[in-house]
Amino acid sequence: MSLDKSKYIIQGGKNKWEVVIGLEVHAQVSSNSKLFSGSSTKFGAEPNTQVSLVDSAFPGMLPVINEYCVQQAVKTGLGLNAKINSYSVFDRKNYFYADLPQGYQISQFKNPIVGEGEIILDLPSGSKKVGIERLHLEQDAGKSIHDLDPINTFVDLNRSGIALMEIVSKPDLRSPEEVNVYVKKLRSIMRYLGTCDGNMQEGSLRADVNVSVRKEGDTKLGTRCEIKNVNSIKFMQMAIDYEAKRQVELLESGKSIDQETRLFDIKKNETRSMRSKEDAHDYRYFSDPDLLPLNLDKSLIEKIKKELPELPDQKKERFIKNYSLSPYEANVLVSEREVATYFEEVIKTADKKLATNWIIGDLFASLNEKNISISESPIKAKDMASLINAISSGLISGRAAKEVFEIMKETGAEPVKIIDEKNLKQKSDPKELEKIIETVLKSNQDKVEQYKSGKDKLFGFFVGQVMKLSCGTANPQLVNDILKKKFK
Amino acid sequence: MSDITKNSLTDLVGLIKKKEVKSEEITNAYINNINKGKKLNSYITESFDFALSKAKSFDKKPNFKCLLPGIPLAVKDLFCTNGVRTTAGSKMLENFVPNYESTVTSNLWSEGAFLLGKLNCDEYAMGSSNETSFFGNVINPVKENTVPGGSSGGSASALAANLTPATIGTDTGGSIRQPASFTGTVGLKPTYGLCSRWGIVAFASSLDQAGPMTKTVSDCALMLEAMSSFDLKDSTSIDKKKENYSKNLSKNIKGLKIGIPKEYRVDGMPNEIEELWEKGKFFLKEEGAEIIDISLPHTEYALPTYYIVAPAEASSNLARYDGVKYGFRSTKGSNLIEMYENTRSEGFGDEVKRRILIGTYVLSSGYYDAYYLKAQKVRQLIKNDFDSAFNKVDAILTPSTPSAAFKIGEKKDDPISMYLNDIFTVPTNLAGIPAMSVPAGIDKNNLPLGLQLIGKPLGEQTLLNLALSIESKTNLKQNLTKWWEK
Repeated sequence: MSLDKSKYIIQGGKNKWEVVIGLEVHAQVSSNSKLFSGSSTKFGAEPNTQVSLVDSAFPGMLPVINEYCVQQAVKTGLGLNAKINSYSVFDRKNYFYADLPQGYQISQFKNPIVGEGEIILDLPSGSKKVGIERLHLEQDAGKSIHDLDPINTFVDLNRSGIALMEIVSKPDLRSPEEVNVYVKKLRSIMRYLGTCDGNMQEGSLRADVNVSVRKEGDTKLGTRCEIKNVNSIKFMQMAIDYEAKRQVELLESGKSIDQETRLFDIKKNETRSMRSKEDAHDYRYFSDPDLLPLNLDKSLIEKIKKELPELPDQKKERFIKNYSLSPYEANVLVSEREVATYFEEVIKTADKKLATNWIIGDLFASLNEKNISISESPIKAKDMASLINAISSGLISGRAAKEVFEIMKETGAEPVKIIDEKNLKQKSDPKELEKIIETVLKSNQDKVEQYKSGKDKLFGFFVGQVMKLSCGTANPQLVNDILKKKFK
Repeated sequence: MSDITKNSLTDLVGLIKKKEVKSEEITNAYINNINKGKKLNSYITESFDFALSKAKSFDKKPNFKCLLPGIPLAVKDLFCTNGVRTTAGSKMLENFVPNYESTVTSNLWSEGAFLLGKLNCDEYAMGSSNETSFFGNVINPVKENTVPGGSSGGSASALAANLTPATIGTDTGGSIRQPASFTGTVGLKPTYGLCSRWGIVAFASSLDQAGPMTKTVSDCALMLEAMSSFDLKDSTSIDKKKENYSKNLSKNIKGLKIGIPKEYRVDGMPNEIEELWEKGKFFLKEEGAEIIDISLPHTEYALPTYYIVAPAEASSNLARYDGVKYGFRSTKGSNLIEMYENTRSEGFGDEVKRRILIGTYVLSSGYYDAYYLKAQKVRQLIKNDFDSAFNKVDAILTPSTPSAAFKIGEKKDDPISMYLNDIFTVPTNLAGIPAMSVPAGIDKNNLPLGLQLIGKPLGEQTLLNLALSIESKTNLKQNLTKWWEK
């Protein structure tokens, strides 16, 4: 079996196979309190300290909808260019589990709050639209902890009742890479909107991945398997890779795919059957009689629409148009709202081209190295701008700039101070430079002769020697000019 | 002084306000009755010490400005009471002590009343005879070996036997009105949403409604006024101003149009009930009301609809009793599933299990459309029946039940005949409209019979006024022999 990476077509023994993927992303709504209770949603608290009587399903307790979470869902829907349903209904999804205190999850089944929408992906091959089927609000369950004790399972209900948005894509994705771009784009949109922090380590973003395969050119969908609760993009990609090949192998050996729910085992890098279609839960959905249907005012939707921030796609367009950036550069700069803001802060006073290169290049490298976000960067936007201005005004050389940057990223000091202290100001006085050049030429008489007899390559050597003697502060352009004059 | 507990609630309040009697005296008198009335099995939990300390502190510093000053009250054991165990008549909650207070009981306490005890009821309010309680069946003080009705059977029995001056129950399909009818007392199921459901052990959320059970119609008005309120904690609560039911209580029913639905004339109904109904019409007519024949064509579907909707919701509402967090947990079983199975097998009684099974079945995929969805549609038709009837009439008069109180054990093993008891009461729960039962006569065995008044949404005042007319016309004085004290 081989794989055509550019198109992600699996070449089996007999046929070429296309992979079809749909995602159900569970995004935790950014809100201070839970979907139906006033408990805090803060991450990392001591177990069972953020649990109300409602969250733990005491007798006679009733859910009351958190309006803010509703607004967040509407906002997300608008960010996905989706239809907002002015009428939606909360349903009960009934099943027993130790970390599900009510014995049912309150979710939206038939009438979700958000209908069809779309996300535009920027792929090397161009842009691609991925359809959104729906977005609905639901409660998260608590957490069962099986590894604290050899016999007992512990339950932490801090997460019980926290609001989730389940965002269901259409089966429009065709490769693990597209999944990567899709999840990142969805995350970016929600972070722009402030509706989900997208923190995958803390479980704020998880996905169920639906995978099926079909012969290249087929239009009918194959039987799918659902891989439950994958919590990183890397694992999603690994799971798809494994699962697609497993399905191709089965089909090529004349077997069929069972529609089932599978689990991805990170350690073994394989998916395993969790339950078959026959064992699938019958969730006995019915509308929750404790909650009235949700009727959204048109005016509320309009109000939220007006308050929407500029989203990544719009920002990208503007960056390309206003700042003459390449689509690639614009894409990188808008992927995080904070990066885009940083960039725009820098170019208020500094050169756009240089700013783009420095931010995408050195700054990103240093942030990656330290594994921090741009908002935690020791180099503030205004200092980045003054560093760039020092370069473009000729105050320091590009080489000196790298040295200044190295110090800035460690100390967060202002570039002007570093330049002064380290005496890195570029020597741009021709008389001073001429003196240094004279010294270099005198001590390298033999090389001068060789150059004059036609060894042109030695020009670089002389420039290098001048730079060395000036400790890198000589203005390279001026050195070039003077040397050329000397050799005439 | 003669037996103080024979007074109506309204009279007791009057006596307290006139300082003719102290709260402690009243409380002691009821405690005395309760101690002598154990045979009725109407109390599950007594809170005498608490009640006496409350009574004493009231007497020390009385506040006469509230509706229920210094009045001890026992309530159905479905209302969560802070620090006092709340069992819902089930082994599952035998030792469950909430640390919170239901909105309805809170309202009563803030009007000056205090808790005297928790009253027996059918397990999770599922039953029509109070024979399904884990704490044993309740006896009707009206006659030995007779059921008090259900599910608020403990409330009705305690009230009729003067073991509490008034009480509250819950009514999902008739659980206030049917026991009121069986015990010769007044019971009102308010409009859905008038009283908060917060803190009441849920049976069927879209049908459950708390309401007063009292000896007189005036008491009923007073209790309803005290217990009802808009509650932000209940999303189905109605946002409206509190009514002054007592002040507006009036026998003037002149010109009111009263509907008589032909569908409530069912086969096999005793003549006495037919006659009672005629008597009711006659009384109201005499007071100047106009009697109009109406039709509620979908009435015959109400009972089957109810027995789909209520169990469906119950099967989900009772899922939380799984042994994990609180309440009973079986010690048998070696894994989670077995723990669930054993806990729920041992913790629930037969009737509760029956309804969970029915409810689970009607919600299952493949059956949902045929049962639950169909029932929801029929429910709407039943609602529509009432809506169009109320275009023509102000209230509807029917019998409360198709029979008088029956013998203990008579219907226990025949769920269908037991369910038929609710035939006149369930339609109003499905429609969410108010209805009350008022004593109107007795049958040949001296068993009380009630008439039901059904009103428009939030038409409680009209019902109370009509009931007051019937009450004053019939002039029934229940004089029980206290045979249970022997």
